[in-house]
Amino acid sequence: MRVVVQDTPFDFGAEAEAFANGRHDMGAIVTFTGVVRDFGNGGLDAMEIEHYPGMTQKALEAIAAEAVTRWSLGDVLVIHRYGRMEPGEKIMMVATAAPHRKDAFEAAEYLMDYLKSRAPFWKKEHATTGETNWVAAKDEDEDALTRW
Amino acid sequence: MDVLYFAWVRERIGLPKETVTTDAETVAGLVAELRAREDRYDLAFSDLSALRVAVDQELTDFDASIKGAREVAFFPPMTGG
Repeated sequence: MRVVVQDTPFDFGAEAEAFANGRHDMGAIVTFTGVVRDFGNGGLDAMEIEHYPGMTQKALEAIAAEAVTRWSLGDVLVIHRYGRMEPGEKIMMVATAAPHRKDAFEAAEYLMDYLKSRAPFWKKEHATTGETNWVAAKDEDEDALTRW
Repeated sequence: MDVLYFAWVRERIGLPKETVTTDAETVAGLVAELRAREDRYDLAFSDLSALRVAVDQELTDFDASIKGAREVAFFPPMTGG
């Protein structure tokens, strides 16, 4: 299990390849990556992500550890960035390795649902107009936790 | 103890962290003391349903004890991922 919190970009391809490589007993590798999405009109200048140093790493490790107890997993990787990112930049990724794909898919979804609502990150949008907006949590994100 | 603020709570109160001496026994008691200080605190804590709290870096609720706590953090619902 590896959990990384960093302000610098990560190489999604290299991370996914390194994670998938050399496993002889894992039949399924699932990866997900979250990307800074523009408003659709080119109006987003940047996304700024604030976090709670000290708590973030522990919270992510606890979520990953819970996933390992719930599904049959060989390994879990979580990388989450903080700081300022432009549209198209990758914010975070999770990867799961499991003997079978159902475990790998479900665990990846679980990780995403929990780290969205239970890991101490906050997104702030910086529009090209100069306006800023803290992204509000959605009820559906909280509701998503009830299915687990 | 250290009291930390994140995201718009930090912006509304105007600082990321401060050291607070309190006799409050719960998070709610601490919030009541902070609200009584100044308008900016009163405003930041006016709707507790819009806030989350962590005591010693563990998510908890406003009824939680802060006895012996080293660090209490207030922030809006998280938006990671």
